[in-house]
Amino acid sequence: MTGEVRRAYGTVTVKRGLAQMLKGGVIMDVTNAEQAQIAEEAGAVAVMALERVPADIRAHGGVARMADPEKILEIMEAVTIPVMAKCRIGHYMEAKILEALGVDFIDESEVLTPADEQYHINKWEFKVPFVCGARDLGEALRRIAEGAAMIRSKGEAGTGNVVEAVRHARAIMGAIRRIQGMGEEELVAYAKEIGAPYELVLETRRLGRLPVVLFAAGGIATPADAALMMWLGMDGVFVGSGIFKSENPYKRARAIVEAVTYWQEPEILAMVSRNLGEPMYGIDVRQLTEAQRLALRGW
Amino acid sequence: MVRIGVLGLQGDYLEHHQVLRRLGVETVDVRLPSHLEGVDGLIIPGGESTTIGALAERYGLMEPLRRMAEAGMPIWGTCAGMIFLARDVGRPQPTLGLMDVRVRRNAFGRQIDSFEVDLEVPALARLGDPRPFHAVFIRAPLIEAVGPKVEVLARLEDGTIVAAQQGHLLATAFHPELTDDTRFHRYFLEIVRQASRR
Repeated sequence: MTGEVRRAYGTVTVKRGLAQMLKGGVIMDVTNAEQAQIAEEAGAVAVMALERVPADIRAHGGVARMADPEKILEIMEAVTIPVMAKCRIGHYMEAKILEALGVDFIDESEVLTPADEQYHINKWEFKVPFVCGARDLGEALRRIAEGAAMIRSKGEAGTGNVVEAVRHARAIMGAIRRIQGMGEEELVAYAKEIGAPYELVLETRRLGRLPVVLFAAGGIATPADAALMMWLGMDGVFVGSGIFKSENPYKRARAIVEAVTYWQEPEILAMVSRNLGEPMYGIDVRQLTEAQRLALRGW
Repeated sequence: MVRIGVLGLQGDYLEHHQVLRRLGVETVDVRLPSHLEGVDGLIIPGGESTTIGALAERYGLMEPLRRMAEAGMPIWGTCAGMIFLARDVGRPQPTLGLMDVRVRRNAFGRQIDSFEVDLEVPALARLGDPRPFHAVFIRAPLIEAVGPKVEVLARLEDGTIVAAQQGHLLATAFHPELTDDTRFHRYFLEIVRQASRR
C-alpha cells in the first residue's frame, strides 16, 4: 500500500485531538463489561477500565497495579466509546502493555502505587495519548512537557469529596488568570518558581488556557459536583467511584452526563438531581493521613 | 449576515465557534430546541455520537432538527456529526437519519490508528484554492455506501469515502475545525448563503 506512507500516526494533533473530542463529557470508571455498557448507555464519552474503583483500592490497601489485560479487553469489546486504562506513575512497561492492547488513552495515575519516585514516563515516544493528574499549573505543565495530551485535576480519588478537585481546579485556573497580567520578564521568574518550562508558560498565557484539554477528577459524586467543576472552567469530568458505588448507577450516571452539558441551566440541574438514591459514602479528606492521600503521589 | 448554530451537547463545539468567528460569522450555542430560533445553518461537531444522540433525544432536539433540515436548513456534521446525520450506522443508536449514507463507526480501528493526511477535495477548488486539504482523522468513521442523491466530495487514496454532500447536507469523517484551514467552513457558509437566498 504505497498510499499509506502519507498518513501520519500518533501525532500531537491526533493525540490532543482525541481529548478535544471528549470535551463536555463524562468519563466513567468501570470494572466489567456490564458496567461499561451501563456507562455507554447513560451517555459516557469514554470509560476507564479498572479492576477496582478508587474507593475499593483504598479499602483493599497493598500495591495497586495496572489491571489484568483480560479485564481491559473484556471492556474494550463491550463498548464502542474510547476505553482508557491506568498505569502506575513511571511504569514504562505497564504503559507499553496498555498500548499493545490498543487502549485509546493511558492514565498515568497516582491512584495506583507509583513505580518510580523520580521520573514520570516519557510520553512523547508513545502513539497512544496520555492523561496525567495535576494539583497546580506547574505540575500540569511539567506533565505536558513530558508529552501528556490531556490533564486532569488529581482531586482525592475514592473519597466522594469534591473539595480537593475544587482546590486543584482553582489553583490551575487562578494561575492561568494571574499570568495573563504578567510581563515577559516576570514570566521567566514565575516559570522557575512553579518549575515549568518557560515556553509552555508563555503558550498558556497566549491561549488563556492550558495547551491541552483539562478535566476534573477525584471525588465527584453528584450532578451538582460535576456542574460545579464545569463552572470552575473544566472541560469535562471523570467520575470514579461516584457512579458504581452509589445506589442507582445508571440513573446517577445519566444525571451527571446531563449536568455536564446543562451546567448553565439550574432548572435542569434541579430536575436531574431528583431521586437519585444514595450517593457513595463520603470521606472527609481531613481525616486521611498523609500516607492515605493519593493526591500527594507524583510531583 | 447569517447565523450559524453549533450543537453544543458534547464534543469540540468551541473549535467550530472559533473558526466561524474568525470568519466574521455570528454563532450560537444550541443545546435546547429554543436555541434553534433564527439559526440559518447548523454544525454538529466531533465528539461521541452515542452521547450526542442520547442527549438530543432526551432533550427533544430530534424532531425540530429533522423538521428544520427538511425545510431546507443546511447542516454539516464532522466525525460524530456525520454519524448523527446518517440514515444507517449499522447499530442501534439515535441518529437524525437525514443523509442517505451508510456509515461505519471507528472504521479505522482504535486511537493508535488515528492519523493525519493530505486529501484531494475537488469541490474546494470552487473557492479558488485547489491545494490538498490537511485532514485529521480521530477514531474516525467512513462512508460505506451513498444513495443516488449523494455526491462524494473526497476519498482517501484507497478509495474510502470520507466526505459527502446531499444538497444542503454536508458530512466529513475528519475534523476541519482542528486545523487552521478554513476552506470547509467557507464551503459550508456558501451552502448556507444559497439556502437563505431561496
